Amino acid sequence: MRFTKDHEWVDLVGDTATIGITAYAAEQLGDVVFVELPAAGKTVKVGEALAVVESVKAASDVYAPISGAVTAANSELADNPQTVNDAPEAGGWFVKIKISDPKQVEALMDIHAYNAFLGTL
Amino acid sequence: MIVVSEGPLKTTPLTAAHRALGGRMTPFGGYDMPVQYPLGILKEHLWTREHAGLFDVSHMGPSFLDLAAKSGDGEADHRALAAIVEPLVCGDIRGLKPGQIRYTLLMNAAGGVLDDLMIGRPAEPARQGGLYIVVNAGTKEGDFAALEAAVGDQARLTRADDGALIAVQGPQAIEVVEAILPGVAQQSFMTFTTRDFEGHALTVARCGYTGEDGFEILAPAAIGESIWNRLLADPRVRAIGLGARDSLRLEAGLPLYGHDLDETISPIEANLAFAVSKRRLKAADFPGAARLAREQSGGPARLRVGIRVLQGAPAREGAPIANAEGVTVGVVTSGGFAPSIGAPIAMGYAPPALGAAGTQLFVVVRGKPQPAEVVAMPFIPHRYFRNPAL
Repeated sequence: MRFTKDHEWVDLVGDTATIGITAYAAEQLGDVVFVELPAAGKTVKVGEALAVVESVKAASDVYAPISGAVTAANSELADNPQTVNDAPEAGGWFVKIKISDPKQVEALMDIHAYNAFLGTL
Repeated sequence: MIVVSEGPLKTTPLTAAHRALGGRMTPFGGYDMPVQYPLGILKEHLWTREHAGLFDVSHMGPSFLDLAAKSGDGEADHRALAAIVEPLVCGDIRGLKPGQIRYTLLMNAAGGVLDDLMIGRPAEPARQGGLYIVVNAGTKEGDFAALEAAVGDQARLTRADDGALIAVQGPQAIEVVEAILPGVAQQSFMTFTTRDFEGHALTVARCGYTGEDGFEILAPAAIGESIWNRLLADPRVRAIGLGARDSLRLEAGLPLYGHDLDETISPIEANLAFAVSKRRLKAADFPGAARLAREQSGGPARLRVGIRVLQGAPAREGAPIANAEGVTVGVVTSGGFAPSIGAPIAMGYAPPALGAAGTQLFVVVRGKPQPAEVVAMPFIPHRYFRNPAL
């Protein structure tokens, strides 16, 4: 699993990356009440708006950590957005993206680098 | 508009207590305030609806106004002070009974709202010719300046916003407060009394901003933390941050100044006609009275309505409201997820023709129209206590 400074995680298996927000992000957001996800087939570039996660208090944008085509969105979150708080780095995943260039993922932080980054916040 | 003061954030007598509880602090109205505690907004909200929530609202502007030269005739002194204050507001201050509090609005000449506030008349015979006035945090400097300018040397304004203002709200709030201030349970909603707590005078108002029964207690700063901790020691009580305060008041259909009310919006448009005195409107003796009379007979151009979002994301402040044909006709002024309903709700301004409950609308969130419906406010029924014996 790799991580971004925007507190997203990316888990690459083959050429498909599963993407979600980290436990730290979920804790900071508080109770998630709604998640807006892209439809399968949408192509996204790094840094583009990918999803919106809403807590009781506010809406927060989630930006694409990598480029590619969305192959699946987590439909479980429509009925149970709280899953993002309960299992942010497992059942609370947002989307799966088929990536053209796996090197994109290698450029992201590993768990040690991410934990060190959290230590600076 | 909310005026955020420049410079370092102000603190309340309870700031250290919030930090000790793990409160997540955020600037609000120029103060360093807890938006939530570790429990989280959702659970804090639900706790308040089921038990008792404890809120620090010391950022608000409590004050006392006293007639400079009292005659000693309580009724005459009250009428004299009411006559000085009434030209600023649209409510019936003269008609306040001893001990009664009224929600009223500070008006501008255009019939817009400068602030919404509470004004109370003391119960004690010796304190007639005095008023307890509580204004909003973000507007208090302007409000107090306007009050002082209006009263001149006829009355003296004593600010009490250096004290601790503590709200206890929820179905168990009365028992909780009664345990440390015996007798308060008899107080009717929208009344206030002065109570002794370990030799200190507290101003105890039965009112709130959640739709629940409860109290707002004004205490001297020195004993604020002691009262806070005393209340928090009760297992029925949890500390609740401003995040849940906002979702609670939204469900209760209560407007938030600077969002659902501002200097361009009239009380009639805001659906607050109950706060406009018939006597005062007939006499047209407050700023903007002509506009209010016109709107009351001919109908306002827009109306604050409650909205239930039927599908999609919460519609927040600024989201356009569209009619059934998709034409933008209004805007959301407050909105979010309603924890006690389990769905998003909002309030906003729409043409009065679309104000009836059941009217189908759209709220536009991030460019997408989402189906919504006008519903009666409050979204969650108020649970206030009126003592029939008083």
